[in-house]
Amino acid sequence: MSASSLSPLRAPLVDPPRSMAQITEEIAAPLERRPGPGFLVLFALSSSALLLGLVCVAYEIATGIGTWGLNRTIGWAFDITNFVFWVGIGHAGTLISAILFLFRQKWRTSINRSAEAMTLFAVICAAMFPLIHMGRPWLAMWMFPYPNSRGPLWVNFRSPLLWDVFAISTYFTCSAVFWYLGLIPDLATLRDRARPGTTRRKIFGLMAFGWTGSTRIWNHYEMVYLLLAGLCTPLVLSVHTIVSMDFATSVIPGWHATIFPPYFVAGAVFSGFAMVLTLMIVARKVLHFEHLITTRHLENMCKVIIVTGGIVGLAYATEFFTAWYSGNPYERFTFINRALGPYAWAYWTMVSCNVLVPQAFWVKRIRTSPWAIFGLSLLINVGMWFERFVIVVTSLHRDFLPSSWSMYRPTFVEVGILIGSFGLFLTLFLVFCRLLPMISIGEVKGVLAYAQTRPSSTHRIEGAA
Amino acid sequence: MSPTTTRPFVAYFTREQDVLAATSALRKAGLGIRDVYTPYAVHGLEAAMGLRRSRLSQVCFFAGLTGLTTMLFFAWWTSAVSWPLNVGGKPFASIPAFVPVTFEFTVLSAALVTVSALFAVARLWPGKSAVALPGVTNDRFAIVLESLPDDSRARALCLEHGAVETGWLEPQPRPGKLAALPGVKA
Repeated sequence: MSASSLSPLRAPLVDPPRSMAQITEEIAAPLERRPGPGFLVLFALSSSALLLGLVCVAYEIATGIGTWGLNRTIGWAFDITNFVFWVGIGHAGTLISAILFLFRQKWRTSINRSAEAMTLFAVICAAMFPLIHMGRPWLAMWMFPYPNSRGPLWVNFRSPLLWDVFAISTYFTCSAVFWYLGLIPDLATLRDRARPGTTRRKIFGLMAFGWTGSTRIWNHYEMVYLLLAGLCTPLVLSVHTIVSMDFATSVIPGWHATIFPPYFVAGAVFSGFAMVLTLMIVARKVLHFEHLITTRHLENMCKVIIVTGGIVGLAYATEFFTAWYSGNPYERFTFINRALGPYAWAYWTMVSCNVLVPQAFWVKRIRTSPWAIFGLSLLINVGMWFERFVIVVTSLHRDFLPSSWSMYRPTFVEVGILIGSFGLFLTLFLVFCRLLPMISIGEVKGVLAYAQTRPSSTHRIEGAA
Repeated sequence: MSPTTTRPFVAYFTREQDVLAATSALRKAGLGIRDVYTPYAVHGLEAAMGLRRSRLSQVCFFAGLTGLTTMLFFAWWTSAVSWPLNVGGKPFASIPAFVPVTFEFTVLSAALVTVSALFAVARLWPGKSAVALPGVTNDRFAIVLESLPDDSRARALCLEHGAVETGWLEPQPRPGKLAALPGVKA
């Protein structure tokens, strides 16, 4: 980006301005100092939650799926709720890294690295649930079509559950590659900061792939980055579309809806941004990144939440309209049961958190106040978890035959695994903050001059004569 | 230490616009630019150096096309040829149902092959030992010229465009390795 192409009308992205060396210093600083007490407390809490989850998973696998509160009417509940919830959380990362990149939204530079990391960790959490629901997770490779001695018996390419296997594994692989590609220049920066001969230098040297900052390579690199962004954009939309087809291709009232793919994708971006805001507000405060992740970044993310929250609200209304307009008594009953039945409390928690709460972001004072955003984004996370719970459980628990109606209540094992998944996510995120640059050093340097009328003013000029 | 032997000339800059202007000026003066090292992707620099647009996009397209045909064929072959199973009365070759998996595999092949091609073209691999020029991964830009018998013109041009330091690189001991000699302050 050359200096001449800048508009003085735009607000700077790094505020107050910094020099390139300062950016390197500041972003590398958390990696080069000992962890503070705040970090240790958070790490102790999150790894304890992870341990609880591991114990519950071990107990479940050793004993069987009977340790969960499922029954013959409700065969899917907490596990699939958590699966859809975590996949959704991941979507914000790809939206920020790929879609905003294609739309030339320069403000993404200081949040894309950590949002992409969240994508990876969220997908890891998500992938755990179908695995442990198998009961015999050591046979998980049966999900992939490989030549085998059973016929060979191939997978069923007509099943949305198989589409899911391909979607999630492709999504994880591509996100990981995209993320690592973005990291390489920063790893070279960290390699060159480390003293020669140290282990730190050796490790970063191994990971930096011999990056030297050559423009001949940057030329190819930028092209590949653009291509990956272009590939990841339809990919991320396809992932939650396919997740929604797990439900939509069935004939269960409440699931069998053509609106599901866009509804799920909007919900995924909505919940993902809420999670990004939740973590980012804490991280920018703890790591002193307020000038890099500015109020403007928070504000922009709040605006995305208003839009996607609006789409989600519209989808809720459309579902009700379609249930009434279809004239299908089973469809009508399912939706009346959702809003007024025994799980009405879950339904109204979802509506208030997902439709009413984001409306607060129309007020500028609220969407520029980090702590207000933090509180509201937590509520949205809760609401989006309940959305999946409502879709899964309320559609199943009163099926076509009233004699088989049932109620679902999670056992301590399921609650423990849910807590464990949060523990896994937060532990991975905390480790990431300590080991890798949380903000893209290279990309932020590229936007330092953004909207600075005198882009050179903060650069130290050595011996210019 | 005089530049009697032919050694690659190097000039350091601290501002993006300086390195852009200097690169254009050096190229206009007919001096061969070996490479320009920058801490971030400086847009316009590839044009100033006269680099061609990367053709990895073609690799990406053909990798995607291969992935698409491979998976479409594979899904059809397993479902309709190798072991046809009646699933809910659907046709054995139920092409529309193969679309999601085919799409995912297209994206996966395109992404993995393109990135591998980048690493191959750029000769980057895990653990490759490389020494970046001082400061270019932090806050400096460096222009390296092809070896010159006389670098006075190059130096004058660079200084004119705001170079903060000039010097020579040692002739490369091994390909891909650049070692900087102590620079000469401008």
